[in-house]
Amino acid sequence: MNILGIIASSKLAAAGDFESIATVTVGSGGASDVTFSSIPATYSHLQIRGMAKDSNSTTQQLRFQINTDTGNNYAYHQLYGTGSSVSAGAAASQALISNAYAVALNNVTSVFGVSIIDILDYANTNKYKTVRSLHGTDVNGTDGYVGITSGLWQSTSAITSIKFYLTGGANFAQYSTFALYGIKGA
Amino acid sequence: MAITYEPIATTTLSSAAASVTFSTISGAYTDLVLVCNIAQAASNNSLRIRYNSDTGSNYSFTNLSGDGSTASSGRDSNLTSGLVANTSGSTSLELVVIAHIQNYSNATTYKTHIGRGNRAASATDATVGLWRSTAAITTIDLAMGSTFPSNNFASGSTFTLYGIKAA
Repeated sequence: MNILGIIASSKLAAAGDFESIATVTVGSGGASDVTFSSIPATYSHLQIRGMAKDSNSTTQQLRFQINTDTGNNYAYHQLYGTGSSVSAGAAASQALISNAYAVALNNVTSVFGVSIIDILDYANTNKYKTVRSLHGTDVNGTDGYVGITSGLWQSTSAITSIKFYLTGGANFAQYSTFALYGIKGA
Repeated sequence: MAITYEPIATTTLSSAAASVTFSTISGAYTDLVLVCNIAQAASNNSLRIRYNSDTGSNYSFTNLSGDGSTASSGRDSNLTSGLVANTSGSTSLELVVIAHIQNYSNATTYKTHIGRGNRAASATDATVGLWRSTAAITTIDLAMGSTFPSNNFASGSTFTLYGIKAA
């Protein structure tokens, strides 16, 4: 069945239910990190939609920290497939949350890894913060990875900043993009 | 406040169909989100995708799935259509797919989609797919089968395409 053109729907979401807060696109010089700061507490949940590429030709992992907290206050579990095997991992008392291989290598032309990260109740000051993500990269048979991650930040502080960076001191390559959205409750 | 996340088009099949097409997709958004509730006319097939009617061998995927007893991961390359989700199982309305196509209209990068297929009666999976083209996506074709298409979507299947605008 062909849906001809763009059909306007009468079921539009209410304006402002899902709002764009900020977007960062890395320029030609690359960037060592991408940070969202001064995140307002006016939403119920956050979603980050990322597309990333590594400046190096070796495999690096995407990681993030919250509120500039570099203490060992993070933990995460991961489940992922490489195209030939399935693995699961976990780490406690970490200084970061790993999103693993949500980033493509620099020597793979035009390919970017993708990730979608949800942070629920990010501004609630009565609970620790839990993160979930879906992430992956496919490189037409030469490399591939898809996985899911749950992460914990053991703090009751409202989240006001999120910093993304790569292992190995690598930079994000040009055109890497992270977009932060806020989702409102009723 | 401007609407950031909005439906672009939706359809509900009133009879079986070999494919569903979203065409003339504007470049006004940053990402696309495809939401499907699919019944199929035969079992043991996959939800496939083509962009811009490209029938070349420009698609590949890596996926992860579990069927209740076994977890597995697969990969394939140089395909003539992309994989969105595996859909083996019954012909009831049981397959729910949410797939994300990020930065679909940029003319610099290849396009990657990532999504989850959910079949409560049989299995769950996650798939990342690559289309090796820097062209902006203006058309999406969906079909069922190991080839494109080899089975029908059954009546009652629903498909909605959403657009998300970044700041």
